[in-house]
Amino acid sequence: MDNRMNVADRDGQDQVAVAGAPSPALDDAPAKLRFRDDAPFESPIAPLADFLAGGNFAAVRLEPGDDARALLPHFGRLKLIEVAFPRFRDGRGYSSAAVLRQAGYTGELRAAGDVLVDQLGFMRRVGFDSFAPNAPLNLKVVQATLDRYRYVYMKAADGRTPVWALRHG
Amino acid sequence: MPRVLTGNRLETGDVLWWNGSDWSPRLSDAVAIGDEGEALLARLIAAERINDPALIDVTGAPGAFIPTTTRERVRASGPSVRADLARGSLSVEAI
Amino acid sequence: MYRYDEYDQAIVDARVAEFKDQVSRRLRNEITEDQFKPLRLMNGLYLQLHAYMLRVAIPYGTLSGTQMRMLAHIARKYDRDYGHFTTRQNIQYNWIKLEQFADLLDDLSKVEMHAFQTSGNCIRNISSDQFAGAAADEIADPRPYAELLRQWSTLHPEFSFLPRKFKIAVIASDTDRAAIQLHDIGLQLRRDATGALGFRVYVGGGMGRTPVIGKVVRDFIPVGQYLSYCEAILRVYNRYGRRDNIYKARIKILVTELGIEEFARQVEAEWAGLAPLGLDAPPAEYERIIAQFGEPDYDRNAPDTLDLSDPDFALWVKQNVAAHKQPGYAIATISLKPRGGIPGDASSAQMDLIADLAERYAHDEIRVTHSQNLVLAHVRKADLYALWTALADADLATPNLDLVSDIIACPGMDYCTLANARSIPIAQKIAAKFEALDTQRDIGELKIKVSGCINGCGHHHAGHIGILGVDKKGEEAYQLLLGGSGAEDTSLAKILGPGFDENGIVDAVDKLIGFYRSARSAPDERFLDTYRRLGPAPFKEAVYG
Ligand code: SF4
Repeated sequence: MDNRMNVADRDGQDQVAVAGAPSPALDDAPAKLRFRDDAPFESPIAPLADFLAGGNFAAVRLEPGDDARALLPHFGRLKLIEVAFPRFRDGRGYSSAAVLRQAGYTGELRAAGDVLVDQLGFMRRVGFDSFAPNAPLNLKVVQATLDRYRYVYMKAADGRTPVWALRHG
Repeated sequence: MPRVLTGNRLETGDVLWWNGSDWSPRLSDAVAIGDEGEALLARLIAAERINDPALIDVTGAPGAFIPTTTRERVRASGPSVRADLARGSLSVEAI
Repeated sequence: MYRYDEYDQAIVDARVAEFKDQVSRRLRNEITEDQFKPLRLMNGLYLQLHAYMLRVAIPYGTLSGTQMRMLAHIARKYDRDYGHFTTRQNIQYNWIKLEQFADLLDDLSKVEMHAFQTSGNCIRNISSDQFAGAAADEIADPRPYAELLRQWSTLHPEFSFLPRKFKIAVIASDTDRAAIQLHDIGLQLRRDATGALGFRVYVGGGMGRTPVIGKVVRDFIPVGQYLSYCEAILRVYNRYGRRDNIYKARIKILVTELGIEEFARQVEAEWAGLAPLGLDAPPAEYERIIAQFGEPDYDRNAPDTLDLSDPDFALWVKQNVAAHKQPGYAIATISLKPRGGIPGDASSAQMDLIADLAERYAHDEIRVTHSQNLVLAHVRKADLYALWTALADADLATPNLDLVSDIIACPGMDYCTLANARSIPIAQKIAAKFEALDTQRDIGELKIKVSGCINGCGHHHAGHIGILGVDKKGEEAYQLLLGGSGAEDTSLAKILGPGFDENGIVDAVDKLIGFYRSARSAPDERFLDTYRRLGPAPFKEAVYG
């Protein structure tokens, strides 16, 4: 899968989050990273309960405890599923993403909240293709993180070839 | 009961005590911390250079403080089962 | 033994580079300690009482002479000349500096080693039988399957932020030397009625605050599908394991709360979706890995006899040497419980020597056992005497395997920041009390296990006698438990009565053993069997009466 970043500020300006130190001014780009070619979808995102209650929403937000499978019948009208990470240590969102991709969802899948650069590699692999971190990320580190692993051991939603397949052609 | 401030240096993990103006690897350099302790602690936590900073209870007089808990006495002396690695801040026998 | 290919090495190298980058960002204060802590834990780096502690992974407890020599080098160069072998078949160093950690990881990676996933809420190092490949009673060598699990679980994107740590053990015989029923997942290789290979899968075992014996979630999963089946178990756990209370976050609590039938139903439903996705490695990959664990190049003419005329050697053979499936060979256990020693500790000189001896006499393989000893699995009987002589010169030939002085002890409050009490001095005092080997041999098999806190790294719940350090108003105190076993007859030790101070617990153990010797039905009835036969009451009377 293509890991090139489709972000607004490609001029190489770093968005640095340094605890206690002044951050360089951000340009006008939102702290959002997107790895899709279709146009960003910007309309209200409904909580799962509201979405299931039947409002006319094309975007929904899953909290860690929500059952991603509740969305299976609705993929046709969903353009964006945002998975919340209130605390980076809570890893339920990884399974939510894996479940959605495994069930065939192809729309935008966004990780939002306490999304740290060191989690991005895992998140890409389980199928997230956009990110809305609370704190801005250093884009150089983002790129280095996503380019880090040439090989992976296991299959996942990103479709990368695991090494056992490379070994045996 | 007097309190002293202790923590571990980020880069090395070394056990340290606050001597009033800086960190020292010797408990004997530690100063008693008064009411300013909480503010000092908050400042050190925010600076992110000392891990697990904590105010601990000690008995005795400056220069010869002895922590009240076994855990802190072990930190000051080194492992009780390896006298050869003793840190010298406190004798292993004092654990 | 498994050897890395270019892919394995590339993944390790990338992981090392990633962690170096994370360390340097931490040192520059670009990330907070709160953010950095899970990253360093996933690389086995803890902050303990005196310094950083590093836990290096020894996959399924197997390592080569070259790797052991590197462990000695690490001890000399980055630590204080010793290391501590753990109940998880890993090694820990106690005096590591963060600023030297990058160089250390580079050194380890030169010998195909690392510290990934030895801590943190992820799938930990896979453990296995220390007699794998040598035991007469195994169906096949379990380690190829442990290696497949290692690869499958390394940097698993979905399971790196689990509710809590996750431990998997694999064995291939009815004798359980790896305590699989006390793991989050325990896998036992077996054959079904048609002769096909597969695993019986236990789930939800564990020690710690709430000890639970694992339950069978599936009696047989074909070997070709166990990885996707494990993926299904992990997914159910990751989605529904409790995250509101750290003490209730292990999978055992989920399994207990749901009941094994409902848990199994959910796993089967999940697996039905996962099985067709091609997550399992193909047969060629199994074959590639199995081939690397092929039989060593045995000397088929090795004499099957042993000269036992040296009585000290004979004692060691009787206690520390086990039968090997290949005639003319034997399995030798190196005791890391010498008189006055620290259970599981080895100096760099000892590690170097063991590396040399493994290369010379044991087909270049060393195993770490969960009881903190080392094993040379393939030794010609004709070489045993020379091996023993060399070990004895380095205080590595104490003939006390499974005896009262072969005590498991966690680092306890001498090192560990979570401890309530010290473990090592208790082990040393008990061992000293029963110093005479004749006494130890008369007492027979007795597994004493000491933990410094409820986390149970010293496996006290699986001890025939278990000792647990507790905090009693700021003082170190110890609880006494009886009747545990981590073997195929798994049982959980139960608290006998009120706790003791340091000297009191040693006296209590003395009384227990005295009572046992007077009450056993025959000289070969083990302590555990006497306890099981009589129940706790007379033991309690002996200690508290
Ligand atoms: S049992 Fe407790 S004291 Fe012992 S090593 Fe584990 S966490 Fe530390």
